[in-house]
Amino acid sequence: MSFWLEIMGVLLGCLAAGWLFQFAGEKITHGKPFFRDMPLSIAFGYALGAVVLVWIVWSYYLARTLEAPEVNKYFFFRRAIDAFILFAIAAWLFRLLGRSVGTQGTKKLFRQMPLTASFGLLTILIYALLAIFAGVLAPYGQEQIIQGAAANIAPGGDPAMGGNPAYPLGTDQIGRDILSRLIYGAQNTVGIAFATTCLAFVLGGTLGFLAATLGGWLDQVLSRGVDVLMAIPSLIFALLLMTIASAWAGSEKGLLTFYMVVIIAVIDSTRVFRLARAVGANIVVMDYIEAAKLRGEGLFYLIFKEILPNAISPLLAEFGLRFCFVFLTIASLSFLGVGIQPPLADWGTMVRDLAQFINFAAFAPQVASAPLLAAGAIALLTVAVNFVVDWMLHRSSGLKE
Amino acid sequence: MSRLLTMKDVWIEGRSDESWNPIINGIDLHLDKGEVLGLIGESGAGKSTMGLAAMGFCRDGVRISKGSVEFEGIDLLKASAAKKRALLGKRIAYVAQSAAASFNPAHRIIDQHTEGPVQHGVMSKSESERDAMELYAKLRLPDPEQIGFRYPHQVSGGQLQRAMTAMAMSCRPDLIIFDEPTTALDVTTQIEVLASIRDIVEQFGTAAIYITHDLAVVAQMADRIKVLLKGDEVETADTRTMLSSPKEDYTKSLWAVRDFVRPAKPAVHTSATPVVSVQGVTAAYGKVDVLNEVSFDIHEGRTVAVVGESGSGKSTTARCITGLLPPRQGVIEFDGVALPADYRKRNKAQLRQAQMIYQMADTALNPRKTIGEIIGRPVEFYMGLKGREKRRRVEELLDEIELPADQYIDRLPSELSGGQKQRIGIARALAAEPKFIICDEVTSALDQLVAEGILKLLARLQDELHLSYMFITHDLATVKSIADEVVVMKDGEVVEQGPKAQMFQPPHHPYTDLLLSSVPEMDPDWLSTLLAERGIDNIGDAAVNKMSYNGTQSKGC
Repeated sequence: MSFWLEIMGVLLGCLAAGWLFQFAGEKITHGKPFFRDMPLSIAFGYALGAVVLVWIVWSYYLARTLEAPEVNKYFFFRRAIDAFILFAIAAWLFRLLGRSVGTQGTKKLFRQMPLTASFGLLTILIYALLAIFAGVLAPYGQEQIIQGAAANIAPGGDPAMGGNPAYPLGTDQIGRDILSRLIYGAQNTVGIAFATTCLAFVLGGTLGFLAATLGGWLDQVLSRGVDVLMAIPSLIFALLLMTIASAWAGSEKGLLTFYMVVIIAVIDSTRVFRLARAVGANIVVMDYIEAAKLRGEGLFYLIFKEILPNAISPLLAEFGLRFCFVFLTIASLSFLGVGIQPPLADWGTMVRDLAQFINFAAFAPQVASAPLLAAGAIALLTVAVNFVVDWMLHRSSGLKE
Repeated sequence: MSRLLTMKDVWIEGRSDESWNPIINGIDLHLDKGEVLGLIGESGAGKSTMGLAAMGFCRDGVRISKGSVEFEGIDLLKASAAKKRALLGKRIAYVAQSAAASFNPAHRIIDQHTEGPVQHGVMSKSESERDAMELYAKLRLPDPEQIGFRYPHQVSGGQLQRAMTAMAMSCRPDLIIFDEPTTALDVTTQIEVLASIRDIVEQFGTAAIYITHDLAVVAQMADRIKVLLKGDEVETADTRTMLSSPKEDYTKSLWAVRDFVRPAKPAVHTSATPVVSVQGVTAAYGKVDVLNEVSFDIHEGRTVAVVGESGSGKSTTARCITGLLPPRQGVIEFDGVALPADYRKRNKAQLRQAQMIYQMADTALNPRKTIGEIIGRPVEFYMGLKGREKRRRVEELLDEIELPADQYIDRLPSELSGGQKQRIGIARALAAEPKFIICDEVTSALDQLVAEGILKLLARLQDELHLSYMFITHDLATVKSIADEVVVMKDGEVVEQGPKAQMFQPPHHPYTDLLLSSVPEMDPDWLSTLLAERGIDNIGDAAVNKMSYNGTQSKGC
């Protein structure tokens, strides 16, 4: 009960502080429009924001000064704030670099870029480099069970906390280096997700444009077919098909991965089809398409030379989002055991394998962070891609402010 | 008369490419109670920006950097949001260019009408509804008791524009800003809206700022005219003084625009085979006939203007000729040979012969292709030229349309002005080396000076290349300047056709007469005289209805 009273008290306090803020601001600045036209609700928002900010700073201060065991309460909080500050600085530096190096065009691009987008670009760049150079960067092999090293070494590399400096992120339950597996995971998970998304776009995009351009019965058949596919919950559908596919593939793991790519691509291409058809239908009615038709152009030219260049920005934005979904689907399937098969390193599988350590969170947060590393890698990429996509959508729609 | 609105030394800037660029450079404007001020200028002159600034408002990405806007002693630029809210809608109202885009399609007209008065506490909802019906009646909307209960898509464009004027009037404001309220309308509809706006402004003694690019329209509406050019004021004067003796060269050039008339051509031999012959074409969308037995010929080197209001079947005829809409009956002959009805069945040579130029150059040019690619494609497609030869031909074509090739060949359409885009459309049509070009309202989206340039260009190309044009338009001034023959269409039928000289002289078919007399003239008394001639309730819609009632007895020519 007293908890609710406290909350109520804070909110009322915010309200009073907000009113005071607006009133004082108006008096001090002699009626600047910013303060003068500020409604109470917005002033309340400012006050509430200030309270939350103070709370965050205070908690962070506690996290850095308290001793164990109280500090365990703040372990993940501190890590999150540390990471946030680190990423913000990295993104800011990256943007600064982009602004001072490169051609006029890229400089301008970076000048107009919000910090979120530069963070997203930087993250994607790092993931791409990790994936490409995984073999060089990873200290151990992804399948290598290191002789002489114990299983389940905690991350952190601090012997006092049960870590080992040779394995900065620890080892998993059969003694494989987690850092190496994370790096190889970038190659496997991200690479396969990228290939799957491309396939989904080639399939869905082409059919969608065809349906938009030709219309008639072809449009009806394709659209209703897509409706049927979309009516089935996608993850359950994918699970079902993967179960069948694993029976077909037998013990050939490469073949199973190929089946997975095709299955997820087909399921996701239905969404791409919808978008491509809708965007295409808007472009097809333009006079320049009519002019091209009257010139006697063929279907291929119409779709790839006249329609596609105009549909590229919404499709690109959708590509980013779709990539995230595909990526999460693969991770979920792997988590459920039908996706990428061991011993290949995959983030979804890694989360599943280490999942039981989450129970340690209350008293040994260092140990509990092992499964969260892979989960964090997934989350980070998803957030990064979404930031970049948001920024691209913003640019392509010409929305300012 | 007392001063209502004073705008002093107003500077407005717009943000683009990371910097603030001037839109309005220090313009003064004042308005007395009950006075109507006309703001004219080309597109991009800053008329609309100025109109919005008169309400103390500017669009996103635009700011008023200097100056003051005083409405009855209240500085709108410094007033608080609450103070402005109390003024806008109640004492200052705004009528936008496109009523269709400004009404919320999800609410009934009268519900949107009553929102202002109720919010401002001027009237109760039921009072306001009754008042709306009175206003509808005053604006001569048909069935004023019921029309408000329809949704915006259920009434015509002209009616919607009048409903919007009624809405602006709902709180009896002291000032209304009209932003091109009749630009999107047909001439016959335009008259109605003009007449009703003028009546109601006079009746309630409302002051108004009337923004338009059409001089003849502003001459009817305004007491005083202010001419803008690229954010600067050119001159201000009384309407009559301005029309009879403009001081500045720019104003004179605006006035002179309507003088371009190409010389008449000798009559065609009756035995000559026409380039295009439309014979008894009947066409339908679905089951509804939209064209009924349309026939006319277009001879080599001639321009046939097809006129009529929107919905009369002008563009549908063009679609039949190009083969986009295969006619239900009748044939299209080209050089005496019947063309396949569907464009998909025509061969390359047949497609090449007939080209089309579109009304909206914005949608007619692929925004993602450079000028060189747009013009180069038909060159490559029909002539088989590649590489350097293709580029040389594109440069030739750009020369032909009077654009310097080296500057424009690598640009995107978005980097061109409206008139330049239309020229690219012409070049693309020319690239196919056709004999016949359909021009679908090619000048109606352009400013008068620019449109003039396009017409001159088309006339010159016709003389040089012996082209035949089918010129679709609803602007009779354009017809006067460029046509050799005129075809008047109404409701999918040809009501009258013949050489231009004959068409512009009486006796006319009553519909032609109505069209001709509806074209605004520069004379400030034109509207009053016309209304007196037609009888006050006999304008626009009403006149059309009356005419079709007895129009059958007097088939002209």
